[in-house]
Amino acid sequence: MSEVPPLSEADPVCLDEAGPEEIMIAAIARLLDGVDHIAVGVLSPIPGSAALLARRRSGARVSIIGSTHPDFRTDGGVDLFDSAGQGRIGAFFLSGGQIDGSANINLTGLGDYPDMDVRWSGAFGSAYLYFLVPRVILFRAEHSRRVFVPKVDFISAPGTSPANVHRPGGPYALVTNLCVMRFDRDRGRFGLESLHPGVSLEEVRDKTGFDFDIPDIVNESPPPDAQTLALIRGPVARDIAGPYPQFAASVLGYRQTDLSEAEA
Amino acid sequence: MPETRLMRDADDLVREVPDGSRVAVFKDNGIPMEIARALARAQVRDLDLVTVPTSGLFADLLIGAGCVLAIETAGVSLGEFGPAHNFTRAVRGGTLKIKDSTCPAIYAGLQAGQKGIPFMPLRGLVGSDILNNRPDYAVIDNPFAENDPIVALPAIRPDIAVMHVPLADRHGNLWLGRAAELKILAHASARTLATAEEIIDGNLLDDDRLAPACLPRHYVTALAPAPRGAWPYECPGPDGLLYGADADHLHAYATRTRDPAEMRAYLIEQGLMPAEAAE
Repeated sequence: MSEVPPLSEADPVCLDEAGPEEIMIAAIARLLDGVDHIAVGVLSPIPGSAALLARRRSGARVSIIGSTHPDFRTDGGVDLFDSAGQGRIGAFFLSGGQIDGSANINLTGLGDYPDMDVRWSGAFGSAYLYFLVPRVILFRAEHSRRVFVPKVDFISAPGTSPANVHRPGGPYALVTNLCVMRFDRDRGRFGLESLHPGVSLEEVRDKTGFDFDIPDIVNESPPPDAQTLALIRGPVARDIAGPYPQFAASVLGYRQTDLSEAEA
Repeated sequence: MPETRLMRDADDLVREVPDGSRVAVFKDNGIPMEIARALARAQVRDLDLVTVPTSGLFADLLIGAGCVLAIETAGVSLGEFGPAHNFTRAVRGGTLKIKDSTCPAIYAGLQAGQKGIPFMPLRGLVGSDILNNRPDYAVIDNPFAENDPIVALPAIRPDIAVMHVPLADRHGNLWLGRAAELKILAHASARTLATAEEIIDGNLLDDDRLAPACLPRHYVTALAPAPRGAWPYECPGPDGLLYGADADHLHAYATRTRDPAEMRAYLIEQGLMPAEAAE
């Protein structure tokens, strides 16, 4: 990774070239600054790409569930959860069919439990990792009132806990196709951090079913600069193509022939 | 210690699975799909599945074939191919009793079973509706600290662990490859029934490189050959994949089984349900 110069804020911006997924990848990667070991769960190509981008910049260790690449594969399910319990995992990603303003997430279903009106697959590791991983970044590529509700129907994993509950981890930020929000754990509330290019505050308000804090000056999420885009479309796309070939090809434009050009 | 019995095939093997058995299965690395198909063909009923910690086609197929009464799981999904429709249908319809859990809680319950202790503590879970809907989980006080609530999970002791391995020997030793979790499954379960791609004449435990990833025969009740026994899932072998996943088959299954009539048609096509059983 030493051949990659450090990211410079002065690099030229090529806004009209970055796709919405690439803006999310760049936004998530910024939230991973300073994390030593990033773990990526199932069905997470965007966070996975962000983790790989952070690795390219800072040398962070990345474990991707489902990857068979020796650099990224985990030592199995038990080890991943034990590593989190030991405090060795600095960041993880969770999503939700519903997410509310207290950062409670619902991966279980809609309606009254157990024979719900809509049933999703289940909580997976969320009810554990949300407590133990210091920076859990929530992500959802669909910013809508269907997803961001006043109160989730079922708490697969709670956003906050009473003071006596052992909880070194928890929600850190929320990244969507429209904006970045940060979560204030003491107050148990989201606050708007930045709007993606071209997105208005009104649109985010309209599409969010919960109340959130708005700073006096709302920043724009910095779009990926030319160097970041080159990283995303080059080595990151190549690495994410292992577990997520379709995403790498259709979203990041990765071609299999790029493999021959890959650096050692 | 009775010897591991060598059976003719998976159909012969599942005669060892009575109706109502609590059956545990691991999520990947040699998913015993031929055992699932044999259970469906034998019309085994009222299984109580423990998925370790999640499942895909294995659970969905057995649910769709009417073999499953209850399930303990951290999630059932066909992954990138989409939702597991038979699972979601059965939960919505109230015909499948569900015990929702979270991945490390299932591992921890099995680890308690493997150690022969009554429970295992685990961090997390407090304040979740997972915990609120598990009357068998308890919140206890950490006996070594002040004011530190922690969840106690009861030991999971399945009746039967089922697994498919790339390589076994005629003594009943199983080579598990990277799937070290299969040892936890076998240790916690009263019996283990396995299929293997290949059953060799020698003894796997004689090979220092293979032995650490082996489940020794004293855990293995019965073993049967099942070439392509993980299909349509992949099967990793000692020198790389023996065969890859059949993505076309998985995609077609995930798409068509949205319709329950198509699930019945699939079961008949695959010889998993007699044609006359369909209305």
